[in-house]
Amino acid sequence: MKKMTKIEIITRPDKLEPLKDALVSIGVAGMTVTQVYGCGLTRGHLEVYRGQAYNVNLVPKIKLETVVCEIPVDTVLETAKKVLQTGQVGDGKIFVYPIENAVRIRTWEVGDVAIIDPKE
Amino acid sequence: MKKATPFSTALFLAALTAPLTALASEAPAAPKIDTGDTAFVLICAALVMLMTPALALFYGGMARSKNVLNTIMQSFFTVGVVSVQWALVGYTLAFGPDINHVIGALDWLGLKTVDGQPFADYSATIPHYAFMIFQGMFAIITPALISGAFAERMRFPFFAAFVLVWTTLVYDPVAHWVWGVGGWMREMGILDFAGGTVVHILSGVSGLVIALMIGKRKGWGSQAMVPHHLPMTVLGASLLWFGWFGFNAGSALGANDVAATAFITTHFAAAAATVSWAVAEWLVHGKPTVLGAVSGCIAGLVAITPGAGFVAPLPAVIIGLVAGVLCFYFVTVLKTKLGYDDALDAFGVHGVGGTWGAVAVGIFASKSVNGAGADGLLAGNPEQLYLQVLGVAVSWVFAAVMTFLIVKVLSCFLKLRVDDAQEVQGLDLAEHGERGYVSDGMMAGSPLASASEISLAAAPLAATKPANNI
Repeated sequence: MKKMTKIEIITRPDKLEPLKDALVSIGVAGMTVTQVYGCGLTRGHLEVYRGQAYNVNLVPKIKLETVVCEIPVDTVLETAKKVLQTGQVGDGKIFVYPIENAVRIRTWEVGDVAIIDPKE
Repeated sequence: MKKATPFSTALFLAALTAPLTALASEAPAAPKIDTGDTAFVLICAALVMLMTPALALFYGGMARSKNVLNTIMQSFFTVGVVSVQWALVGYTLAFGPDINHVIGALDWLGLKTVDGQPFADYSATIPHYAFMIFQGMFAIITPALISGAFAERMRFPFFAAFVLVWTTLVYDPVAHWVWGVGGWMREMGILDFAGGTVVHILSGVSGLVIALMIGKRKGWGSQAMVPHHLPMTVLGASLLWFGWFGFNAGSALGANDVAATAFITTHFAAAAATVSWAVAEWLVHGKPTVLGAVSGCIAGLVAITPGAGFVAPLPAVIIGLVAGVLCFYFVTVLKTKLGYDDALDAFGVHGVGGTWGAVAVGIFASKSVNGAGADGLLAGNPEQLYLQVLGVAVSWVFAAVMTFLIVKVLSCFLKLRVDDAQEVQGLDLAEHGERGYVSDGMMAGSPLASASEISLAAAPLAATKPANNI
């Protein structure tokens, strides 16, 4: 069984479409995307409703998760960098995890074949 | 109550009857307030007022959720700005004593000498105040209509300044040309019952010019820019339809036969365009959409506006049917081909629909419907069609040139467009510091001491960490 790696990218919501396109172009076909709220060096913003001010610390982000095995992790990271890096705070984070096992529920294939796209 | 002496009573009676008998022997058409007309026009003015907040909902639903408040504010704030402008200078520029057929004189600055008595030149049976405020509501909605073209990217200070200047330099003069006593279009016999030229062509064409000048929204063509809340848009369109009865029927300025004509032609045109836009879309794209149906009703309402009191019901249906298909074609096919970003289709609906409507008056108008109107092409008077086309052409050119100049000059003092980061964040937060949704839950934030202690202007997008919680 080939080594499987999960790559989790947390970044700006408006980068979702270009990031998705770029990943598909290097062969990453499957992914899971979640709308999340987070804070880091981006410190949020101020809102005022009828004189009462609120500090809103959590800002909207998207989290994209994908698991790869044939495509080199470095290729994915390079691609993400090209799309996501603006040099401003708020670009986000990428986390890389090893994956122990995987199952494709429909066919009950277990291991790397579960995440490899069937070749036609 | 004080008891009147017989002598003073006789004197009083004599004083009372003298002018009455004098009047009866001379002009019978002395202005006298008609309570029915006055009640009708005041209610219609309120209906037209409601159209601008309705437009806020119509546009707001079509915007993305991060821009909903800014889009609504552009209409709502216009109610405030233009109302004040109207009281100060707007009304006198548009309807004041004529200067060279081009503009009203400043005699009524601050509504000086405008009062509760009828002013026979405009409306002999209702108070001058009623006429003035009814017209004021039209001035309000016109610049609000433009905002659909540049939605989701204009800085608010620029918007506020633009509305003020545009209303003064574009709307007020053209309103004078078309409706003011002595205005040159009115004298030539160009017909515009309720504002197809003044309201819809001016706003639509100005919108197109600004859309071209300000440029496309960031991500146009690559990111989805779909309406965030269509039920809100439907609510807005429904309220617009409702208010439009005041807009068109009220333009008869009396509770009379012309008002009834305008009422029914308005309704039939709106209904016909609702059907024709939805069916056109059904045939071309396979499904009839709700957004298509409500856009259709607005297109029909726009198109019938110049002719509402001049055409019969069946021509109104035809005007509506054509408007629905024409505007559908413009918005879905031509706009994409031409590649400009008229975000919420101010031009596609109001510019195109208004132009068709103004021309249609020249085709379908008939003196058998309204003796104060004119005969159109089908009634054997091609001259009227020529006049209508001339009115349209002049309005187009004037709106385009003036809007271009106003934006150019204002750009010297104010920044036109928000910067990229603000556009991505959304104008609700960037321009107003508020959000339309999610004001609780994870993103509720933590309350600060009080806004007065925090200099909003100094607070950057990324605020400091929470101060003392209360």
